[in-house]
Amino acid sequence: MSLPRSPERPAGRGRLAVLFEQAIELLIRLCGISAIVFVFGIFFFVFREGAPYLAQLDLGAFLFSSDWYPSNDPAHYGAGALLLGTLSVTLLAMLMAVPFGLGAAVFVSEFSAPRTREVLKIVIELLAAVPSVVWGFIGMSVLGPLIKDVFQVPLGVNMFNAALLLALMSVPIIVSIGEDALKAVPDSYREAALALGATRWQTVFRMLFPAAKNGLLAAVLLGVGRAIGETMAVLMATGHSARIPTSLFDPVQTLTATIAAELGEARQGSEHYQVLFLIGVLLFTLTFAVNLTADLVVKGIRRK
Amino acid sequence: MNVSIRSKNLRGAVLGLVPVLLATGCGNSGGGPSGDSSADTIANIGSDTMLQLAMAWSEAFKLAEPGVNVEVNGGGSGVGIAGLINGSVDLANSSRAFEEKEAADLRAKQGKEPLGVTVGFDALSIYVHKDNPLQELTLEQLAGIYSRDGAIRTWSDLGVKAIPGAQGDEIIAISRQNNSGTHHYFKEAVVGKKGVLRPDCVNQNGSADVVNLVATTPNAIGYSGMGYRTDAVRILKVAKRAGEAAILPSIASTLDKSYPIARPMFVYTAGEPAAHIKKYIDWILSEPGQSLLAENGYVPLPKQ
Amino acid sequence: MFTETLTGRKKQRHERVARMFFGLMTAAMVIPLLLIVGFVVFKGAPAMTWEFFSTNPRRGGTAGGIWPALVGTLYLILVSLCISAPIGVLAAVYLNEYAKENWFTRIVNLAVVNLAGVPSIVHGLFGLGAFVYALHFGKSILAAALTLAIMTLPVIIASTKEALASVPRSFREACWNVGASRWQTIWRIVLPNSISGILTGVILQVSRTAGETAPVMLTGVATFKAIEGGGLFLYDLREQCMALSMHLFYVRTQASGAPEELSYAIAATLLGVVLLVNTTAICFRVFLRARKKW
Repeated sequence: MSLPRSPERPAGRGRLAVLFEQAIELLIRLCGISAIVFVFGIFFFVFREGAPYLAQLDLGAFLFSSDWYPSNDPAHYGAGALLLGTLSVTLLAMLMAVPFGLGAAVFVSEFSAPRTREVLKIVIELLAAVPSVVWGFIGMSVLGPLIKDVFQVPLGVNMFNAALLLALMSVPIIVSIGEDALKAVPDSYREAALALGATRWQTVFRMLFPAAKNGLLAAVLLGVGRAIGETMAVLMATGHSARIPTSLFDPVQTLTATIAAELGEARQGSEHYQVLFLIGVLLFTLTFAVNLTADLVVKGIRRK
Repeated sequence: MNVSIRSKNLRGAVLGLVPVLLATGCGNSGGGPSGDSSADTIANIGSDTMLQLAMAWSEAFKLAEPGVNVEVNGGGSGVGIAGLINGSVDLANSSRAFEEKEAADLRAKQGKEPLGVTVGFDALSIYVHKDNPLQELTLEQLAGIYSRDGAIRTWSDLGVKAIPGAQGDEIIAISRQNNSGTHHYFKEAVVGKKGVLRPDCVNQNGSADVVNLVATTPNAIGYSGMGYRTDAVRILKVAKRAGEAAILPSIASTLDKSYPIARPMFVYTAGEPAAHIKKYIDWILSEPGQSLLAENGYVPLPKQ
Repeated sequence: MFTETLTGRKKQRHERVARMFFGLMTAAMVIPLLLIVGFVVFKGAPAMTWEFFSTNPRRGGTAGGIWPALVGTLYLILVSLCISAPIGVLAAVYLNEYAKENWFTRIVNLAVVNLAGVPSIVHGLFGLGAFVYALHFGKSILAAALTLAIMTLPVIIASTKEALASVPRSFREACWNVGASRWQTIWRIVLPNSISGILTGVILQVSRTAGETAPVMLTGVATFKAIEGGGLFLYDLREQCMALSMHLFYVRTQASGAPEELSYAIAATLLGVVLLVNTTAICFRVFLRARKKW
């Protein structure tokens, strides 16, 4: 029961206090919508710097040509090889990260005792915290020579090296979101499966995975988003070569790494500078689409 | 009074102040670069090729002239020149000449002409792995390796058989990111102004990076400053054309122009430099400054 | 007891194999991490002396220490924290305490998720376009810290929101019933009760800030900028600074003749800072969760 308020004492505060409170609430609301402002701000400012080039942009050549010659005369800005580099590294990374990530999520959520689970979650959290420049450093200094010798390939910094790093970087996201999704499956499902005499394999593959399908898909998509957007690790470990890869061990060049490597020396306002910002717009759009899909997929489970 | 006790400190302070005051006065009358950078510091930004050298200069000049503080920063030749144009840089290090577009920008923004001084030379050396038996190349062969239309893609094309430790026969051509000053110069000197480098070069971010990668990759060839040599790589002799003598890069061969791929290095100011900056440039051109070039693997100016 | 049947044994075997299979998959990602961290620290340890932490780099970063990079990273953390912590906490308060469940709130939440998903290099482009050029901050600590603040905002919002949501509704109702206003309830009851979660978010922001390279490389971190003398303010916010992450990149890729253990030592320092900060956050969370009264 709520207490009756006396009319002569409007919540016991003076006008100043009421005013202060209104100001605070306004501030809170402003901060609340700040995320929207920033997302639009990012798009606006990145687009604004790149926009002047749009008039001469040949979208087909930009997306599909592999002639990336920004410093030639005349310059060619075909980001096709870079886009393909980003997509192929991401795909390869996901081929490695998804089975391991989901496997680890199953282990953490279904097979481990509470204590082990806590420890594993902490380790995975720490794995997520390793800075990308450190991953890149490891790729160059440790993995590079190792890959060269183990796989008998001429160059150690290549697509496989970078994909391995990206897999290690995106696995924590996949595990933590995937584990949440598995936890959301009601225990009664598990009990029903056990009562029917299902083995743990059957429980995992026939019951858990279908039941947690959306959450697991979202986990994978967020991992993809992370891998597409990663910069330093791929800059250092891909070999940075704007070519169409023909083998797993070819060096490639990604969109993100191109911006990082070339923006420093591109004169402000020059064509090359504008094109690099347009690549930024392309990246923004790509990750936005991936994250939006992931969000819709997650909302899908909630509604059910 | 405790002046007697602190007289030592006081004297130090006064001695330190004199050059500061001098510099301040001169800086103002000379109308040095705008901005709030106090006159006793010189913002010295630009070429990564020259960074190590510039830092060595700054460290040594600090000992010779304690009152003037030279703040060195890398980023690339373009970064230093851009800074000069917008007034945030006092002295730009550049491994390439001012472009006409950039000079026009400087005139438009500040009404000043770029003023460049050649401070030394950088002999771009061709590096291979230490186990590679190759000794020399001609410029045409280099162009054959690096240009898009070139025919030299394997080591056997050069008559090199069985590099110990190499995987396969492929030549891995290592280059720099495509708008660095070094890349620019190498392209012009080797494949010509109109030429196009092969798109599948492996582009590294720094001169040291190129050498490090060559050191761990027996299939590789790369170019970088003479000063970056380590025990794990070897420098090739280069001949201007077939039949002529192949020359190793050195101070003498650069100065008599017999080594074909060497470029001048510049420092630029916007208009006439302020007195303290002039003093620094003069010091660089004098014996103590020039001796640091040879120490760091560059070529000093010819002695008059 | 049940007698062991053939199917029973088969099932047990299945169980064991399944556990081992998924356990191995987990091990396959945990063990490399430990090996790598161990290796980096092992290789870097000989170079990590007091001089390494307390002096300026010399000879183009191939000798000397990392003092200015440590200071620069600290500056970036502090300045960006001052910006993102208040905005992030208030934004979370809005989302958890004020926002109604409608399409607008959905969009705000979506914006937070997408802000977290924007690639770091795009944040860098934004910082360059907005702070460095449009607002004329120039390449500076301020521009870099603002960029980092916006980038890490979702980290603080997400963990604060979670912390606020874990305060039982009955606490708020009790407070409203004694006549407290909405803000008084938040200030006196909700925030104090969720402080552990909020601090965890703040700490995670610190760790993220310390490790970022790409955005600050474009907006305000220099490859080399020595610190002269002492005093409280070693860097001016309008000038560029060095940062550990960038220094590692620079020494590994551009400094010629740097001894191998130097770059390992920088990597180990950066890893140490980040892992230490994260471990603090974790300990904090475990400790405060144990103290929770509901």
